[in-house]
Amino acid sequence: MRISALITRIITQFFRDKRTLGLMILAPILVLFLVNLTFNGEEYDPKIAVYDFPEQIEDSLVENGAILKDVSLDKANELIKNKEIDAIIERDGLKSKIALEGSDPSVNKRVVEVFQNALQELSQSQNNPKPDIQFIYGGEDMELFDNLGPVLIGFFIFFFVFLIAGISLLRERSSGTLEKLLSTPLRRYEIVLGYVFGFGLFTTIQSAIISWYAISVLGIMMKGSFIYVLLITFLLSMSALTLGTLLSTFANNELQMMQFIPIVVIPQVFFSGIFNLDTFNKILRGVSKIMPLTYGANALREVMIRGKGWSSIYMDILFLLAFSVLFIILNILALKRYRSI
Amino acid sequence: MDDKYCISISNIDKLYGKKKVLDDINLKVKSKEILGLLGPSGAGKTTLVKIISGIINSSGGNVEVLNTRMPDLNIMNNIGFMAQSDALYEELSAIENLKFFGKIYGLKGKRLSERITEVISLVDLNEDLKKIVSNYSGGMKRRLSLATALLHDPDILILDEPTVGIDPVLRKAIWDELNKLKALGKTIIVTTHVMDEAEKCDRLGMIRNGKLIAVGTPQELKDKTNSNSIEEAFLYYGGVKNEN
Repeated sequence: MRISALITRIITQFFRDKRTLGLMILAPILVLFLVNLTFNGEEYDPKIAVYDFPEQIEDSLVENGAILKDVSLDKANELIKNKEIDAIIERDGLKSKIALEGSDPSVNKRVVEVFQNALQELSQSQNNPKPDIQFIYGGEDMELFDNLGPVLIGFFIFFFVFLIAGISLLRERSSGTLEKLLSTPLRRYEIVLGYVFGFGLFTTIQSAIISWYAISVLGIMMKGSFIYVLLITFLLSMSALTLGTLLSTFANNELQMMQFIPIVVIPQVFFSGIFNLDTFNKILRGVSKIMPLTYGANALREVMIRGKGWSSIYMDILFLLAFSVLFIILNILALKRYRSI
Repeated sequence: MDDKYCISISNIDKLYGKKKVLDDINLKVKSKEILGLLGPSGAGKTTLVKIISGIINSSGGNVEVLNTRMPDLNIMNNIGFMAQSDALYEELSAIENLKFFGKIYGLKGKRLSERITEVISLVDLNEDLKKIVSNYSGGMKRRLSLATALLHDPDILILDEPTVGIDPVLRKAIWDELNKLKALGKTIIVTTHVMDEAEKCDRLGMIRNGKLIAVGTPQELKDKTNSNSIEEAFLYYGGVKNEN
């Protein structure tokens, strides 16, 4: 009853503040659109397992930037599925067969480029037979944005929900209404849950619209089920909502809330797969394990690019749920700073 | 506890870090009186009333309201608190604010609409009930804030600087209101830093630098110090403390 009063109030406030409502939905759409227009590739040293080729060609591959993996073919087939190697190249008579992991278009392009450069250097003739290319995941028509897309969808939802939820609770504090609420018999957990459900409604709508826009309008690659995408983005936004309200307890004004963005939000982008984590040092890679966006982006990629289902994402889902529950509990405890019951 | 008293404050201390903002406060509030807490800003009045209403914890000592140790959620349902800031949701209309706080206090249906009608005519905002609060003047917000504190018909009213920034006409209206509420049997605690306002209280507690320096009716305080005004009496009590 009291929680429902809180929820109704938050929803009414939201509809009165149309700019904030617009920011939550239109800003991510605009930025996704711009990124889609402008993104360019980058260079990368592909990890390749090579079979039945002369040694000269192997050497030439290495010179052209490839990292060769010396493992059995069976092992290689296993490694490629876990994205530990990027490609397997076999020789079949005069033709070459390239099997690409495929989920990252820039990597695909590099593998083919490195292989062709290596052949070119060794043979005088210009017309080497074209290699036969297979994709384990993804496909030829995948663009770089397709790989980035899931991370960006996750990031923008996280970013805006974090900011708006944090500032809303902060304003409740600076306007004195939080104090007023604490002077009533409202319990601390009721305040926190009221916020979670009141905002939860908007974040659900927001995640649905942004995901739909990216998939249907921008045409980002989507192999799996839309329901999973909704579930992941919803849980990701819940973790952003609860983290935002939690951190707002430690900010005294809107500007201080903004200061959490470079500290808490931006680093998550770097760790969630926009950049190849293999080039990061081990300690830094460990840091990514405590970031909600890591799990959200990973699960989104599994579903959208690799077309995987529940069995591949349930761990990520559990982590996102655990983050939200943890932040809710910490939120309730943080309100103890004001009132002990 | 004596029935005559409805609030009993014993040995209250409050520390913020190392700074002591309240130092061993002992005070009893009689039922159905208007008690004024008088002191300059920064004296600790707001901290004291927040401890009484259960919003914050004291560092030491205890407060009993209606024979129950604070903070207690049941007792909080019997206290109306009006903060120094208006504590209203500016995006919402007056009626939406009242409905929200009413539901938080557990009012619903017919009782809720009856109470809203009653408090809104008390503070004379009937005409502006549907207006969005951000379009309200400062004085209207103050009155609406008072209305939210009265919604659940509490026996105890705690008002932190209710008349700050309000024109004299409205200030008089609010005081008339407080006297009406007192006649209805409410116990009222009011903080103020305005000396002439203090004269309107039944009893006064003077607070300076976190200490309660004097308690009594305005007349008593003036007589004891041979002063003509509350201001002189305050200077006398404050001065004595300084010499120690």
